[in-house]
Amino acid sequence: MIEYRSIEKTFPDGTEAVGDFSLVLPSRSTTVFVGSSGCGKTTLLRMVNRMVDPTGGQVLIDDVDIATKDKVELRRSIGYVMQHAGLLPHRTVIDNIGTVLRLNGASKGEARERSMAILPTVGLSESEANRYPSQLSGGQQQRVGVARGLVTDPNILLMDEPFGAVDPIVRDELQQELLRLQRELDKTIVFVTHDIDEAFLLGDQVVILRTGGVVAQVGAPAEIIADPADDFVRSFIGLDKGARSLHVEDRDGVKVLVDGTGKAAGVLDVNEPA
Amino acid sequence: MTWFLDNVDVVRGLFFRHAWISVVSTAIGFAVSLPIGWYANEHPRIRGASLAAVGVLYTIPSLAVFVLLPPLLGTGFLSVINVLIALSTYAAAIMVRSTADAFGSVSPAVLDAASAAGFSRTQRIFQVELPLAGPVLLAGLRVVSVSTVSMLSVATLVGVSNLGSLFTDGFRRDFQTEIVIGILAIVVLAILLDLLLVLAGRLLMPWSHAQAPVRPARRLSLTKGTAA
Amino acid sequence: MSVVSDTIGFLTDSINYNGADGIPNRLAEHLLYTAETIAIGGVIAIPLGLWIGHTGRFRSVAVAITGSVRALPTLGLLTALSLIVGIGLTGPLISLVVLAVPPMLAGAYSSVESVNRQTIDAARSVGMTEMQILRKVEIPLGLPIIVGGIRSSVLQVVATTTVAAFVGLGGLGTYIINGQAIGDYAQMAAGSVLVIVLALALDGVFAVLQGVATGRRPAPQPSTA
Repeated sequence: MIEYRSIEKTFPDGTEAVGDFSLVLPSRSTTVFVGSSGCGKTTLLRMVNRMVDPTGGQVLIDDVDIATKDKVELRRSIGYVMQHAGLLPHRTVIDNIGTVLRLNGASKGEARERSMAILPTVGLSESEANRYPSQLSGGQQQRVGVARGLVTDPNILLMDEPFGAVDPIVRDELQQELLRLQRELDKTIVFVTHDIDEAFLLGDQVVILRTGGVVAQVGAPAEIIADPADDFVRSFIGLDKGARSLHVEDRDGVKVLVDGTGKAAGVLDVNEPA
Repeated sequence: MTWFLDNVDVVRGLFFRHAWISVVSTAIGFAVSLPIGWYANEHPRIRGASLAAVGVLYTIPSLAVFVLLPPLLGTGFLSVINVLIALSTYAAAIMVRSTADAFGSVSPAVLDAASAAGFSRTQRIFQVELPLAGPVLLAGLRVVSVSTVSMLSVATLVGVSNLGSLFTDGFRRDFQTEIVIGILAIVVLAILLDLLLVLAGRLLMPWSHAQAPVRPARRLSLTKGTAA
Repeated sequence: MSVVSDTIGFLTDSINYNGADGIPNRLAEHLLYTAETIAIGGVIAIPLGLWIGHTGRFRSVAVAITGSVRALPTLGLLTALSLIVGIGLTGPLISLVVLAVPPMLAGAYSSVESVNRQTIDAARSVGMTEMQILRKVEIPLGLPIIVGGIRSSVLQVVATTTVAAFVGLGGLGTYIINGQAIGDYAQMAAGSVLVIVLALALDGVFAVLQGVATGRRPAPQPSTA
């Protein structure tokens, strides 16, 4: 469980990114922060592995204030996947995946072995193992990024707009695979996006943010769609313009997220057998 | 040609002497420039000032430095130490800008990702920044290596022997062949060292030559380094 | 330190301010050779560089030549050309021009290349001729880099002119060469100090010129894309 307690963040230049933010992110579920740029969503995400330290308040992981933990150790215990994958250009795919294992003291052989083992999980083949990131497509790089985040089997996975830079078809594919992975692995995922459709598709809990880290609404996708808190949320999710084609339908007792063409985009009830 | 065959031992001796002085000077200059360039890049406020300071250093004509260094250092006039220090200083002066550019060329996103993955500061510098600065460092080093080889020949005028001795000797004896052989030997040495650097780059940085699937990686920073 | 006082002694002795070997004359020679070389080299290098930059033709050749001249030892070039051309100043002066050209050439073509392609495209689309684009867009915008090229070239020539005293060109390097020949260190040191002062002064002048060129350049316009 991750908990934000009265978090504030003012950057040295005076910009207030977040003011008094509190929230609990339940374990083994996906929480998505969604909002336009400047809403502080990335700042909030980066507080979890202390890439950003709050200027006020506390972040707790399993009831321990992370400010008491060593930054570097903390980061090695949390998976992090970012836009453009953030791979090290001078290391091969397999060495990129094994980066954190090596930092944690694993031998070269062990790191290689565990990294090879995770390739199929993220849909990569062994033939890609010895390539450099520049030799991969954007989608493949992102898969490597996910593999790097998962290889240490962390409890928490932070994903900062991981699919923001890949084309729509590949993005669909990666989103579906993330859903599949999450069903298998049951991590606590914190996901940041500006794409509300992606948020509704992936999130168990969706947090819609206004500028300055102010929460506009928190809830399951179905709750938000069914009952938007205010006009801001209504407009953000596109209900006001009738543009929100994505809606919830009850199909044979299963809550299904359906897009404008009537195609199912996702299942809302995670306990429902597939 | 006859002259060359008769004096092949002399030329070979001067060649190796020229080679080791150049290599050592370039290496020292490079080693000195690394921390300075890195620091300058980390601190944008002093970056401009420090680059201007080393720029002034480079403004000073080499012959004047070869003359003035011995009393400053307390070394003997004909000592090779003067030349090593002078050339290392020049090498560092050119190289500092390259190292600052090289560290500046490393993508902030990659550095951020490395920190997020859990690299400590020191680990990040040596395992991420330094290798990624490699291509631009290499470009700078190639420029420095060539200019050091060429500049060393001037030291002949203050009496420190090297391949440049073939120029002064040939000129005094009105013997063009000797000078031409000197020029050729220096150019060959410069090319040889350059090839070694390129080869070392290929071995140490296989990733920078990896073929991209869609289009080749941008080499802008590299060409900029070469032209500087 | 007697070295220092001897050197100051040389620099302040009024004997050294008269005649062909006096400091004013040597300084004038040094400046004259530098100016001549830069003028001749500039007439060749700058138009050529602008043309290369504008058309993009022979760029790789220019880059290769600029690079390989760097490997050419200045002393070797000076002695070789002096012997080949014969007694007189022609040989050394040709050498100086050869060394002066590459920095100015590189400055000229990179100045044109530094200009935003969209700006040039815009100039072409409003109906400027190629010559007008060069004169009214590329040269004004690239001027600081052109001046920068001249600046490097001047430093190169000042340094090489010093070395050229060995082949009898004159200039401030003469003190170093003559001092070396007769074991008069004070004279060598004095010559070195004078050369350093001259180099720093000229570099300062060009730094100011470069600043003026940058300052006169109109502020970059926001992209219209």
